[in-house]
Amino acid sequence: MVKRLSHLLVPLIAIILGLAAGALIMLVSGYSVASGYSALWNGIFGEIYYVGETIRQITPYILSGLAVAFAFRTGLFNIGVEGQLLVGWTAAVWVGTAFDGPAYIHLPLALITAAAAGGLWGFIPGILKARFYVHEVIVTIMMNYIALHMTNYIISNVLTDHQDKTGKIHESASLRSPFLEQITDYSRLHLGIIVALLAAVIMWFIINKSTKGFELRAVGFNQHASQYAGMSVRKNIMTSMLISGAFAGLAGAMEGLGTFEYAAVKGAFTGVGFDGIAVALLGGNTAVGVVLAACLLGGLKIGALNMPIESGVPSEVVDIVIAIIILFVASSYAIRFVMGKLKKKGAN
Amino acid sequence: MDIVQILSIIVPATLVYAAPLILTALGGVFSERSGVVNIGLEGLMIIGAFTSVLFNLFFGQELGAAAPWLSLLAAMAAGALFSLIHAAAAISFRADQTVSGVAINMLALGATLFIVKLIYGKAQTDKIPEPFYKTKIPGLGDIPVLGKIFFSDVYYTSILAIALAFISWFILFKTPFGLRIRSVGEHPMAADTMGINVYKMRYIGVMISGLFGGLGGGVYASTIALDFTHSTISGQGFIALAALVFGKWHPIGALGAALFFGFAQSLSIIGSLLPLFKDIPNVYMLMAPYILTILALTGFIGRADAPKANGVPYIKGKR
Repeated sequence: MVKRLSHLLVPLIAIILGLAAGALIMLVSGYSVASGYSALWNGIFGEIYYVGETIRQITPYILSGLAVAFAFRTGLFNIGVEGQLLVGWTAAVWVGTAFDGPAYIHLPLALITAAAAGGLWGFIPGILKARFYVHEVIVTIMMNYIALHMTNYIISNVLTDHQDKTGKIHESASLRSPFLEQITDYSRLHLGIIVALLAAVIMWFIINKSTKGFELRAVGFNQHASQYAGMSVRKNIMTSMLISGAFAGLAGAMEGLGTFEYAAVKGAFTGVGFDGIAVALLGGNTAVGVVLAACLLGGLKIGALNMPIESGVPSEVVDIVIAIIILFVASSYAIRFVMGKLKKKGAN
Repeated sequence: MDIVQILSIIVPATLVYAAPLILTALGGVFSERSGVVNIGLEGLMIIGAFTSVLFNLFFGQELGAAAPWLSLLAAMAAGALFSLIHAAAAISFRADQTVSGVAINMLALGATLFIVKLIYGKAQTDKIPEPFYKTKIPGLGDIPVLGKIFFSDVYYTSILAIALAFISWFILFKTPFGLRIRSVGEHPMAADTMGINVYKMRYIGVMISGLFGGLGGGVYASTIALDFTHSTISGQGFIALAALVFGKWHPIGALGAALFFGFAQSLSIIGSLLPLFKDIPNVYMLMAPYILTILALTGFIGRADAPKANGVPYIKGKR
């Protein structure tokens, strides 16, 4: 129980310290902290439109967080979610524009293709790790850039004739829902949130309830022991990266089939993949934790957009806050150390 | 178009784009050789680019020709200071070094853009008044053929970068200090037993990467970008990381890899001028650095192995 509590406490303390650092930065730069943070709050909850936009942002965050968390449970650091997401996005839009058909076939087909494309992109570092013992961090970073340039090329040369944006996907592949848009004052909220929550349930089931999940976790805890117990470490590494990449590919589908309904040439990354690392870390790499952390980060990101409008504070202050939260969660040793000292003092 | 003409287009362009990569990759060599993974090179470059641009904007007019050089010094100082965050998290607080590096990158971009907006009210600075200019190196530029290719249309910063690669090699492999840096990255416990302060050496390693990363970013800003926006540094830090891995964690290897990647980057600019490269789609040159790095890691182009203790926090007394 005590251990559980400290698992919860570290992220909470990190969040508080992050927000405090944000307040300090606003104070030093001569902004009003109260109006800055109240603008942030209003940017999330102030209007039903903002709530809709926040949930829309939470959707890909849940999936990219699940992707990072899933690999992490097998002891793998998938920093390539960004690339897998771009590949999934492009694949989803390709199915969405190239084919036509009833929605109950077209939409699942687009989602599955995106998951498969992302999974394949994650599988490559997995196979390189399993067969050649190449560290997955460097490979996934490189795969991110390959994905960026490759999808840009495909969008402008294969999907379109030298355009920098594809056409709109067909309605039968779209996740958009007029009902959800209507009740949120015409935000871009779409049905993807259901897909994301389902994915979280799937991750929970695989990791906690299935034999495969037990193996995946065992490999994450101790490769040698699992090998000795007769599990194939190689297979588990490849499976883990494949499933992780599939989650990331779905995150891309959320953008391609829901938020934007097209794919465009990008000069830089979306950032959703890298934010997934923050989501997973903050959520303690569990399915429930990821959903909660995605809510926090999605809220911060969308709320930040309101800060310059209402209080004049540059929205980047939120990026600083998020970075500091990650630093503190990563340095949890320091937080636990200080907490231990305080406890001892209290006991005396 | 004869070969000298072609080379005198390719070589100077390559040197321009390679210089920031060489410098940043060298920084990565020091950090990773001491056992600290540095995904944060991108962030260090951002800090360097930002600092040099701001320094140049504030003091450029008064300082004149000395301004770009002094702005590089400022960039180095800022990079070293900023790298302390990564060092503290990774070395003292035993944070996951990859995570801390990612956080460093986010923090660098957030913090610099915040300050730019604070000062200029928009997400972009003005153009710097005193950038570096390409020059003909006196003496060397007059050598027939070679002078025209290598020394007649070049930045001093490119020459500095190449020189620093050799100096770094000398420091790492020929001095006691270099031996210490390498030993704490290979087997920290053995180094500790020999009386080397592992934590101190790793802090130094990371701070040198801050110096170099800041310098690399500063050079990029004052030769190529000339102002600072959110996209001034977009991926160069990761290409430098690739160069460091492709160069097998060796300064001269990193130099060679960075030159090649600089060539690949410059081709997207000058490729259309060259007869051979005109027909190759740009995308292959853009992807080349990353694919080659993966191939190098896999062992297809000579195996690249990281320092043994790279990425593992050192905990005294733990077996």
